[in-house]
Amino acid sequence: MREWAGGSRTWPIDILTNMAPSTKKNPIDLLFAVLTAVSSFSIILLIAGILIVLVFESSLAIHKFGVFNFIFTIDWDPVRKIFGAASALYGTMVTTVLSMLMAIPVAVGIAVFITEIAPSFLKGPIGVTIELLAAIPSIIYGMWGLFTLAPIMSNTIEPALQATLGKLPVFSILFKGTPMGIDLLTASVILSIMIVPFTASISRDAFNLTPEVVKESAYALGATKWEVVKNVVIPYSKLGVFGGVVLSMGRAIGETMAVAFVLGNNHQILSSLLNAAATITVSLANEFTEADSDIYLSSLFYLALVLFVLSFITLFIAKLFLIRAERKYSR
Amino acid sequence: MKTVFKIGLVLAFVLAGVSAQAAETINGAGASFPYPVYSAWAYNYHKATGIQLNYQSIGSGGGIRQITNRTVEFGASDAPQTPEFLKKNNLLQFPAVMGGVVLVVNIKGVKAGQMHLDADAVCKIYLGEITYWDDAKIKSMNPKLTLPHKMITVVHRSDGSGTTAIFTTYLSQACSAWNDKVGHGTSVKWPLGIGGKGNEGVANYVRRSGNSIGYVEFAYAKQNKLAYTLLKNPAGRFVAPNFKTFEDAAATGDFEPGKDFYLWLVNAKGENAWPIAGATFILLAKEKKEADMKTVKFYDWAFKHGDKKAKELVYIPLPESLKNKIRAYWKAHGIY
Repeated sequence: MREWAGGSRTWPIDILTNMAPSTKKNPIDLLFAVLTAVSSFSIILLIAGILIVLVFESSLAIHKFGVFNFIFTIDWDPVRKIFGAASALYGTMVTTVLSMLMAIPVAVGIAVFITEIAPSFLKGPIGVTIELLAAIPSIIYGMWGLFTLAPIMSNTIEPALQATLGKLPVFSILFKGTPMGIDLLTASVILSIMIVPFTASISRDAFNLTPEVVKESAYALGATKWEVVKNVVIPYSKLGVFGGVVLSMGRAIGETMAVAFVLGNNHQILSSLLNAAATITVSLANEFTEADSDIYLSSLFYLALVLFVLSFITLFIAKLFLIRAERKYSR
Repeated sequence: MKTVFKIGLVLAFVLAGVSAQAAETINGAGASFPYPVYSAWAYNYHKATGIQLNYQSIGSGGGIRQITNRTVEFGASDAPQTPEFLKKNNLLQFPAVMGGVVLVVNIKGVKAGQMHLDADAVCKIYLGEITYWDDAKIKSMNPKLTLPHKMITVVHRSDGSGTTAIFTTYLSQACSAWNDKVGHGTSVKWPLGIGGKGNEGVANYVRRSGNSIGYVEFAYAKQNKLAYTLLKNPAGRFVAPNFKTFEDAAATGDFEPGKDFYLWLVNAKGENAWPIAGATFILLAKEKKEADMKTVKFYDWAFKHGDKKAKELVYIPLPESLKNKIRAYWKAHGIY
């Protein structure tokens, strides 16, 4: 990644200086360079192609609803052909933020345990388990959410939350209504389980970037494990951890099947977390196959375009932080 | 040299096989609702004639788009397309098989076939105007049942589907308030309720929440023994959803070849007709006569030999009179 980052800043010069001498030496080298370059540029072409198709397919909806109007319209009414992204955007943001709130502490805890606290014979098994969690297909999370988690949420957890937090003045708004298990909260819990592995493994790698010498000096000064983690490891790697957090955020924004079953796909904006809602991806998964009018289909493509831009911005921010972190600390 | 020859021979056979298969395959795509019966028919048709039917259940919307773009030989849609749409895209349309939608409830002590409802009550429940099960209107239709003073949990589909299209068309026709406020389509803006994905999603939430009502395909309710309700039909009788009441609906439905069989089979006039039924349709490209003839041959075969299989899978075969109307329609367009 560092090579890539470095290369991207000065790539025309890099390619000229690196490629020019080698081409003279060996035709195989030239072929190799061309093949790798073609592979890389094909990705850029692919992304550009996807963007062009999304814009082209959604042009009807862009023309009819405009950008600002589309993003701030709550209504999503296929019968009257009025479409707005606000409710889906709201659902996407609420589930993403909530799941991050639940996942980050756990993930950072896991990373601290693996890098600093666990005896070495435990590091391997825990690391592998976390990676296995990331390998479970999201549809399995979805089915598990529908048949197992949703009943637990509606029968136990959500009534308990209503009886405790729901009694407090501000929180009561968040926990109003009949707990059904098909709501923003359940979806966020599933999402948080899905993104823990990403945040945990990137945080672990970031923590590992902390130079041993610095840590050892802190221990030599009499610092406890907690103080070393708090004052040395986390400050050293906070940008890397942040990058990992934003990367998992990208994952949470784009996750589809895990939440498609437990969110209800209701295009509404209500304050309670115990209400059904819709996210962009859930709307796409639920409605794409049966979208019967041109403007309906075009609006779904428009939603996808909004998601594309949103994910792009998120990942761009993440990359920025990761590059800065590595430049700052890995020397 | 010998191995090269062998490889060449194998390749030649494979290619020959592929091209032979290509000539004997019918490609179709569309509605997911009739997928089980189409593939069962296709299996038997292949055994009987050696011709393969490759049907991809990508959803009605996709089926309509694919046949409009002429990428498949036939498209399938749960919703009938209007004659104007068909004319604009140079398409033909005919019904292939029927299904229906039933309402299921989960109330303690209420068994399948005990709850009586009429269109107005269903409409008011789904509009949120009737909110308790012991509402006077429901009580008056169910004097024998003891209904709890509990909020009604309304369940609907979260995904776009032909089932929703049929159900909302039924409500729109039977109840003007619904037509004004919500309308009909594969997905609509529900005034209230929770959304389940697919029949299994709706059934799951109805089963779990209690004091709930939802709508599912007839086949799904029957196979899973859900507590269906009786409905009052336009003839004024309370009917149960079964093959007889569906066949009665089909027999009294006005499928007109002149209108390309465009018909929502809801609120049918028959004495014993179940009010929420619907046919699923096949779309053909008008100008591709040769491909159409292959498709038509398949459905003609299915009309002759497929009724038993359809019933096994809980679909309602078309009545004989309608099949003959369809054959005449094919003949009129020179594809039979």
